[in-house]
Amino acid sequence: MPEEAPRARVNLPDRAWALGQGVLGGGVLVVGALILLELWRVAAPALQKVGLWHFITGTTWDPVRDLYGALPFIYGTVVTSVLGLLIALPVSLGLALFLTEMSPPRFRTAISFPISLLAGIPSVVYGLWGLFVLVPILRHKVEPFLSATLGFLPFFRGAEIGLGYLAAGVILAIMILPTITSISIEVLMTVPGPLREAALALGATRWEAIRIAVLPHARAGILGATILGLGRALGETMAVTMVIGNSLNISLSLFAPGYSLPAIIANEFAEASGVLHTGALAALGLILFIVTLLLNILARLLVRMSRRGPARVTA
Amino acid sequence: MNNGSKKIEVQKLNAWFGATHALRDVSLSVEQNSVLAVIGPSGCGKTTFVRCINRMHELSPSARQSGRILVDGQDLHARGVDPVDLRRRVGMVFQRANPFPTMSIYDNVAAGLILNGIGGKHRDLVEKSLRQAALWDEVKDRLPQSPLSLSGGQQQRLCIARALTIGPEVLLMDEPASALDPIATAKIEELIRELQESLTIVIVTHNMQQAARVSDWTAFFYLGELVEHGKTEQIFSNPREPRTEDYVTGKFG
Repeated sequence: MPEEAPRARVNLPDRAWALGQGVLGGGVLVVGALILLELWRVAAPALQKVGLWHFITGTTWDPVRDLYGALPFIYGTVVTSVLGLLIALPVSLGLALFLTEMSPPRFRTAISFPISLLAGIPSVVYGLWGLFVLVPILRHKVEPFLSATLGFLPFFRGAEIGLGYLAAGVILAIMILPTITSISIEVLMTVPGPLREAALALGATRWEAIRIAVLPHARAGILGATILGLGRALGETMAVTMVIGNSLNISLSLFAPGYSLPAIIANEFAEASGVLHTGALAALGLILFIVTLLLNILARLLVRMSRRGPARVTA
Repeated sequence: MNNGSKKIEVQKLNAWFGATHALRDVSLSVEQNSVLAVIGPSGCGKTTFVRCINRMHELSPSARQSGRILVDGQDLHARGVDPVDLRRRVGMVFQRANPFPTMSIYDNVAAGLILNGIGGKHRDLVEKSLRQAALWDEVKDRLPQSPLSLSGGQQQRLCIARALTIGPEVLLMDEPASALDPIATAKIEELIRELQESLTIVIVTHNMQQAARVSDWTAFFYLGELVEHGKTEQIFSNPREPRTEDYVTGKFG
């Protein structure tokens, strides 16, 4: 593409097209900004009454007495998302490495297609599956096993109910697995073949070639994929609401029931009465919105960095 | 210079990519401490040929091969021959310089040592191979820097140094100078002549003058067949096959 097209070439359809694109693209940004603004407008009275710091660190949530503390929800959201990530990341990365580095190409499509289908399942279905299949398994098998073997850690103690942080974390792991896997596959495919061959020609095994040539090149992109997965986990509402137990609770034990930011909003918004209650819920939404927005920007930057290849092989 | 013993022996080698028959019944041998130049037009199987010698060919999906390749009399595909060990003895330099971009210059050269668990004084070995690759004086003050700060020719010599550190007996070079300017090319050619004292070299090249300058033996490939193999002087001055003559005199290619 020439850097500056000659003036005569800029014709009317091109201009109209560019204008239309500009309006549509700008519209997306305007909608985002309006959402932010509206959340702020609704949240402001509650935040002014409670104070931002008290709102974030408070542990009591009692709309009847107009006491609003967000910590149990923030804690639940962070714990379940991080747990989901800890479970999903090794599996996704292993899967992506296997499909790009080890398996024949035919295999890659045969496996990566169903994985990407996982991303299309409605989250309420995940929630139902979690409730009817996952929770009983956790209650009867996994949690007794964990408390018997790792019970000396505070994370694996307490009543084995099934519903709770662990169930939500596992569901989230399954839900973000397709995101992390498919982006990782894409990033790994951008690793230049000659780089891999350089390692192999030096007498590297496949695993060593992955370690010294492939992973360093793909690191930023995989990190980006992970953060995108995290962003999805933070905002997931339905499935988490159905299995986390919806209990105002902050507990180190992963078996304990808890609550999450999206879950409380979904549960209470319809019946919220009064400026303060609605405002407090909007403030929760604001926190969630800002955190996921920042994470997404960071993730996209990282993925783009690795696509461009900060470490390109030049001749 | 040549002690006449056969370092590499290729017998009836055939190679395929899927349905494409890339090499047809190639048989030739390479003497110890000699330089074999492999020439021929694009797509004639030159690269596939050298990639069979360190078993890189089999890494491509859909790749197949038949026939035998012996290095020091041992069949590469015999039971118990690990391709990973083989590639330590048969090093390779690629068409485009491919240093590990996230490692320092020093680590690039040391990578092979670490990979193969070679102990001893890495620093000395790194210096030795950088000197062998005629790069030491240019990089000795910037070893911790990224290899991407080097010029193309320097990067290629870095890759040669990297291949030399683990002490290979054979060095395969796949058009090592095709992306380089004439001065960098001259340095690489000089290097090949020096390395020949301790190594056996197979070099693929598009450049006929280069083949004439650096090699003792030349093999001319055309459409996957080995058309002619002989002393370099003979191939260039008095080829037996008319196709060879047409190619080396520039009538096609």
